[in-house]
Amino acid sequence: MAETSRGPYVGKSMKRVEDPRLIQGLATYVDDLRLPGMLHAAFVRSPYAHARVTRINADAARSAPGVVAVFVGADVNQSCGVVPCAADMPNLKNPQHRVLADGRVYFVGHAVAVAVARDPYAARDAALLVDVDYEPLPVVTDPERAIASGSLLTHPDLGTNVAFEWSLSTGDEAELERLFRSADRIVRQRMLHQRLTPTAIEPRGCVASYHRGEQSLTLWTSTQIPHLVRTLLPGMIGVPENKIRIVAPEVGGGFGSKLNLYIEEALCSHLAMRLGAPVKWIETRRENMASTIHGRDQIGEYEVAVKNDGTLLAIKSRTIADIGAYPQLLTPAVPTLTGLMLTGCYKFKAMKMDVIGVYTNKMSTDAYRGAGRPEATYLIERMVDIVANELKMDPVQVRRLNSPKPSEFPFATACGLTYDSGNYEGALTKALRIARWNDLLDRRARARQEGKLFGVGVSTYVEICALGPSKAMSAGGWEWGCVRVEFSGKATVITGSTPHGQGQETSFAQIAADRLGMPIEDVVVLHGDTNVAHYGRDTYGSRATVLGGTAIVMCIDKILAKTRTLAAHMLDVKPDDLTFEGGRFSAKGKSVGWGDLAPAAYVAKNIPPRFEPGLEASSFFEPENFTFPFGTHIAAVEIDRETGEARIVKYVAVDDCGPQINPLLVEGQVQGGIAHSIGQVLFERTVYDEQGQLVTGELMDYALPRAHDIPPYEMGSTVTPSPSNPMGIKGVGEAGTIGATPTIANAVMDALYPLGVRHLDLPLTPEKIWRAIQSGADDRGGDRIPEADRSAPRYTAADVGDGALQVGNV
Amino acid sequence: MIAAAFDYHRPSSLADALALLARHGDDARALAGGHSLVPAMKLRLAEPRVLVDLSRVPELRGIVEEDGSIVIGAMTTHAELAASPILAAKCPLFAKTAPQIGDMQVRNRGTIGGSLAHADPAADWPPVVLALDAELDVAAATGSRRIPATEFFKDIMQTALRPGEVLRAIRVRPSGSAVAYVKTEQKASGFALCGVAAVANRTANRVSVAITGVSAIPFRARDVERALESGPLTPERIADAARSAAAGVQMLSDIHGSQEYRAHLARVNVRRAIERAIAHA
Repeated sequence: MAETSRGPYVGKSMKRVEDPRLIQGLATYVDDLRLPGMLHAAFVRSPYAHARVTRINADAARSAPGVVAVFVGADVNQSCGVVPCAADMPNLKNPQHRVLADGRVYFVGHAVAVAVARDPYAARDAALLVDVDYEPLPVVTDPERAIASGSLLTHPDLGTNVAFEWSLSTGDEAELERLFRSADRIVRQRMLHQRLTPTAIEPRGCVASYHRGEQSLTLWTSTQIPHLVRTLLPGMIGVPENKIRIVAPEVGGGFGSKLNLYIEEALCSHLAMRLGAPVKWIETRRENMASTIHGRDQIGEYEVAVKNDGTLLAIKSRTIADIGAYPQLLTPAVPTLTGLMLTGCYKFKAMKMDVIGVYTNKMSTDAYRGAGRPEATYLIERMVDIVANELKMDPVQVRRLNSPKPSEFPFATACGLTYDSGNYEGALTKALRIARWNDLLDRRARARQEGKLFGVGVSTYVEICALGPSKAMSAGGWEWGCVRVEFSGKATVITGSTPHGQGQETSFAQIAADRLGMPIEDVVVLHGDTNVAHYGRDTYGSRATVLGGTAIVMCIDKILAKTRTLAAHMLDVKPDDLTFEGGRFSAKGKSVGWGDLAPAAYVAKNIPPRFEPGLEASSFFEPENFTFPFGTHIAAVEIDRETGEARIVKYVAVDDCGPQINPLLVEGQVQGGIAHSIGQVLFERTVYDEQGQLVTGELMDYALPRAHDIPPYEMGSTVTPSPSNPMGIKGVGEAGTIGATPTIANAVMDALYPLGVRHLDLPLTPEKIWRAIQSGADDRGGDRIPEADRSAPRYTAADVGDGALQVGNV
Repeated sequence: MIAAAFDYHRPSSLADALALLARHGDDARALAGGHSLVPAMKLRLAEPRVLVDLSRVPELRGIVEEDGSIVIGAMTTHAELAASPILAAKCPLFAKTAPQIGDMQVRNRGTIGGSLAHADPAADWPPVVLALDAELDVAAATGSRRIPATEFFKDIMQTALRPGEVLRAIRVRPSGSAVAYVKTEQKASGFALCGVAAVANRTANRVSVAITGVSAIPFRARDVERALESGPLTPERIADAARSAAAGVQMLSDIHGSQEYRAHLARVNVRRAIERAIAHA
């Protein structure tokens, strides 16, 4: 890194360069696109969760004004390939997921037909004119009953509802059983991680355009993964990859829900070719709720073997993942991430997780912000609190006791991962200090004396980011970048990662401006168009800054090495004599900057021998390991004893994502993530009834957090660099969602602790809490905490650490 | 989310609006702020052939005093109700309720008349007009009439309005300051899971209480009112009376709240609303 010149931008909180266009309404989303002759598609979707389609009459729709065509499954399914699942899951029983239903529908929202018309109004009218006769069939909605013998079947032709079975364990299972036998105590809890609807502000949508002369297809689509779509779409529509251009224009949020190749993208592409006109489809909100992937939805039995001194020995779990009717792109991979992170930030000696993926007549689950890690963190952090309660120990102390120390990194986990770096104690201590922990405990004690329900919750979390080393990823885990210093001396940075709200147009410009010694105004960051960013693996799994950012650093290092020879030639000195600072190469009192270097490289009349004209480099960065950001979150909640409403009265987040490129963006990512968790803990849930009807099919029934639900956040960070990349950075896009869910849940459960409530499943709605208050027991009639335990002090000042904590200095 | 085709009229007088509604009969719907009707049209739950937009009808706007009453034009927005100096001085329940409706955008467009005429069982204005014993001025091409609020709400989204009739104004008497609206929100929609409006008269030891969100129609909690009739409004008597808030009422039940929970909220919010009202006295 000898070429690195430190600059003024990296590490500085800077407002996003993206924002002025977004705030002023000058951004271009898919729905803003208008192409000459463009047609509009609208889908006919099943109102039944499982039914035989006995007859489709589209005559009235076809003859309606403005209608170009109506297609049903029989018209298109032989011309389009099946929806791909890229997760590496041996023995996955995969029903053929066609673009339109083939005589049978498997979930509410399953596309049965598509109407294409000259305007979106006629298309919608035509879709409603398509007359479909359904013969309802028995419906599978309960994943636990679905795996019992003799159960009804989601896909009768598969002969089973089990999509896959997957296990992860620490080498020797005999050791696991020995640890369980020798444990002082085995703590068990069944937990449900409810289904959620990702609900990006911008629903999905696409415009497909086929050029008959070039035989090339352009698809503008609201996606997180234009490059993966370009890799996968040929398998569905038959156009070769090098004749396909995918553009992700401005994308209004994804949270994993746009990390997929959906039937609508393939079908609109096919129809554009077939009809010889561009085809646009814009998802409605109701379609988004029913036919875009859902997240989470795991039920598990968890058992932890512990010693009476609080040492965590081993953990095992049998988890059922409700994956809905079809695997989407990464569906089976999500619970495997839960397994890989099952032991959290603790020194378990052994673990075992058995996962059964189960088909039900619902929309698919897939990656949703955190994708398997929030599930893991939630259950291990709840288990640690339950263990602490059973042992009458301080939950903070149990965490401290079982966490690896900074000197123990790289740390090999019982799940087989190697955590790169960490200082869990540092983040915990800082969070306790910011929270004024002892004051909080005093406040709780006073509140309880007054008969109020007040609780504090802690979660120490670790997550797995920068997905990932290609050996662990099914389609390559590297990232690509390209940097060009233009003729003008300004720089164009192109990234294969695809930011869609995260702000890398700003943070990558900060990185590039510092390394190139340029003003940030001279750097432009491009992304999201496969004709511009030729290769990439896009944005998910908190990967873009670590992998995409490092690829940019590699490009700049190549350019600087090359430019050094040009500067030496121009200044008539030896390359090694040159220093590079502030965008200028200098030696012997002479210097040259980009304003002279760049034109010289392109005019190419006075260049060194064998010097390739131009100043451009591209790089693929292949990480050796994942990164493992971590942190501690603390929450305090007050419960209205009469109504059961829980209100968060304090929220502290200390996150360690390594060195921060732009602390303002880090803060924004964490804040947004916590908001997601507030929704999940307190009210969000996707509800299907027993007939498989989607009860939460619109935002009148699906409760998203709103501004007034969000408490003030007190935020801090620690900085523990990762050894796995030159900038030492770790990723932060999902941290808030991973850390906050168990924190808030633990706080609510702590508030209910004096009533003897051991555990409630999410969401902790007012009615659920009210019922628990009424009965003083959890909703499954689980173990009550013995009366005698209720007055046991759970925290002492000694647990909170050194004296500095008492004064609350942040 | 595209509505079926419809014709659109924006009359500039009440007479024109009423004539249009009379001419198109069942095919026509009056459009106020549009926050309920337009989404219903987009979901194709409502497919009127003709929309008569009332937003430019001057007779439906404004808040004035008339013969000792305050007359509120039906097209008055929630935001205007929140900001009205007349209402703040004479009938502050409006200003206490309006900020609890929806969000800023909704309050800037949604109207009290639209809300009352739509008669969503979880809307916030019905209990307010019930508790205030308001009268509703109704106009039609064939003549006008006045309906007591207590006789206006007939069933879920059904009112005493006849075809061709438009709600013209809401007529209330000054209430004094002992008023409150206590609402538990349905988290998704922001409508009331249980909303309680209370108007107290401490000297007369009289309270009127109305409840929304828990049953098919918003209702006056007469049992509560009667229990408080003959005696001082002490915390004990209020708590006691509030226990009958849901008595004899068929409670709604959905994923947002069971019958038991709604009944419980009715009891809690009635007590809180009366307590809060007399605290303002």
